Amino acid sequence: MKIIKIDKKNWASGLEDLAGSYRLFGPVKEEEFHNFKELDQGVLPDLTCLNTRLSPKSLIYPQSEVMFEYSLDESQEDHHIMKEVDKDYSPRAIIGIRPCDVKAFLLVRKNFDSPEYQDPYWIRAYEATTFVGLACEAPCNTCFCTTAGCGPYHEEGLDLLLMDAGDNFLVKVITDKGEKLLADAGWDTEVNTDEAAKQFEAKKQATEAKITSFVTADRLKQMDTIELYNAPFWEEVAFACINCGTCTYVCPTCWCFDIQDENRGKSGMRMRNWDSCMYPLFTLHGSGHNPRDTKIQRVRQRFMHKLKYYVDKYDNGIQCVGCGRCVRLCPVNIDIRRVCNMMNSYGSSDNTCAA
Amino acid sequence: MQNPYLPYPVRIDDVVIESEDKNLKTFRFVFLDPEDEKKFAYKSGQFAELSVTGKGEIPIGIASSPTEKGFVMFTVNKVGLVSSYLHSMSVGDIMGIRGPLGNWFPWEQMEGKNIVIIGGGFAFTTLRSSIVYMLDAANRSKFKDIHVIYGARTPGMLLYWDELVQWEKRDDIHMHITVDGTDDPNWNYNTGFVPTITEQKAPVADDNTFAIVCGPPIMIKFTQPVLDKLGYAHDKIIMSLENRMKCGIGMCGRCNIGKEFVCKDGPVFTLEELNKTPKEY
Repeated sequence: MKIIKIDKKNWASGLEDLAGSYRLFGPVKEEEFHNFKELDQGVLPDLTCLNTRLSPKSLIYPQSEVMFEYSLDESQEDHHIMKEVDKDYSPRAIIGIRPCDVKAFLLVRKNFDSPEYQDPYWIRAYEATTFVGLACEAPCNTCFCTTAGCGPYHEEGLDLLLMDAGDNFLVKVITDKGEKLLADAGWDTEVNTDEAAKQFEAKKQATEAKITSFVTADRLKQMDTIELYNAPFWEEVAFACINCGTCTYVCPTCWCFDIQDENRGKSGMRMRNWDSCMYPLFTLHGSGHNPRDTKIQRVRQRFMHKLKYYVDKYDNGIQCVGCGRCVRLCPVNIDIRRVCNMMNSYGSSDNTCAA
Repeated sequence: MQNPYLPYPVRIDDVVIESEDKNLKTFRFVFLDPEDEKKFAYKSGQFAELSVTGKGEIPIGIASSPTEKGFVMFTVNKVGLVSSYLHSMSVGDIMGIRGPLGNWFPWEQMEGKNIVIIGGGFAFTTLRSSIVYMLDAANRSKFKDIHVIYGARTPGMLLYWDELVQWEKRDDIHMHITVDGTDDPNWNYNTGFVPTITEQKAPVADDNTFAIVCGPPIMIKFTQPVLDKLGYAHDKIIMSLENRMKCGIGMCGRCNIGKEFVCKDGPVFTLEELNKTPKEY
């Protein structure tokens, strides 16, 4: 393992060098919240941000994206035939992404990069990206990453991991892709690895100790799907839900989408747009029949998907990284931590705390 | 990287009004590039996304049989935006087909077995594909007795009427056509709901008999107890589901029943498999 030191004095100039070979993205403050944006020339990623309001998933998987274009003009030779569009898959780097959000891409990859089908839009954007993570120092009380398959210093999915060390950043080099980015930025001050690794480990333990919020998910896999589906608590869980879909839009691991043709005059585009299992139209049949026509069914679908169906289908843990966005932003205080614990303890004798 | 969302361009080659209420039309498509027909190699029971440019896509079961070459065929009920627009389209119009998608009836497993096909209403499209496939001279010897119980509300609502009549005349397939009711004095076939006719005509189950059931929920609900009574094991009852779909390849997230995607892991499931999933279809 290699660890590099970046003097903060060289931070801006390094990023400027990178801008020549990468499209750079990072957290930027917009009014009172941070979000990930493409960084204009001279704009630095705001690394004081604990985390952005929306997850960075849109950088790989835009909320709305063109799939194909077509002409409806019958005088054109290729009218009514879908054509692929040129897209920018040049190298890009996300600077200052949190480890939980990076891990989320690995969970989502199971969906978009399956043995049978590969989604070219998601995969090409993902592969074009270098992930420069920023380790967390001050997790908030809705962060539960350490029991959701990652943590504030989790390296899975990252190319580089930055840690704030006062006047410097210490950077763990995780992949060749990360190594290349460092070279392109001219950041090459190697430090004594043993010593720096100790610093990483000490801060990691200190940060993990600040995390006060947990989920228990150990029993979910062994549970019977139908029993959990028919559990009596869903009505109570869903009672306050207004089906606004906020949880699905802010979630880094929610991937559902819709496909729509949008016409303008004699031409048009086939678009892919984020969709949400919270909406009744999501599953409405042409006949008018709707298999998930009540909000209980929709709320149950969201939690069962994340905490049971995903667990069973991919054997890859829960479909949640513990970023806490849905907990913070739900207008009626539905809390996935509580639901996870209720599900996990369902049918066992120690379920009293969760309820 | 191949783009699984890109439809093959096709031309509408023929349109047939299939039912007396004119809500069902059969479309025959020809691939603009003959190479695409080879890529579209399918098995009976699979479906495809019909892509009406400028309107959207709809998932529809493939009604033609892999033994029929030079075209693919779909029967479409007029219900929503895309299917209604498709009903207004004509021979010669250009659109797209994406697929084949999903799994198929378990043909490998069903070889050497008796097959009982039970269909109702317009859910007879992939069953038509299956019958044509099994009756093909190269395939008929692979299967033992074939029974078909097929019902609709009225004689005019039965799909593929000319073919039904031809199959009736054959001695290598036992046809049991039925209607819920009719005032046609010349109606020579059965009258009664599909579950009732199934009870009267379907062979008693054994280890060598598979039942394939496709139909509206109400038919399935009342047919299942009949099959139980006849002794059909749940792993010998094959069903094909429908759900709202967009991508057709297990990615867009809406058609799942539990952990299974109807589009990719289905649409064909055994009743035994369905018993283990939430009934969200």
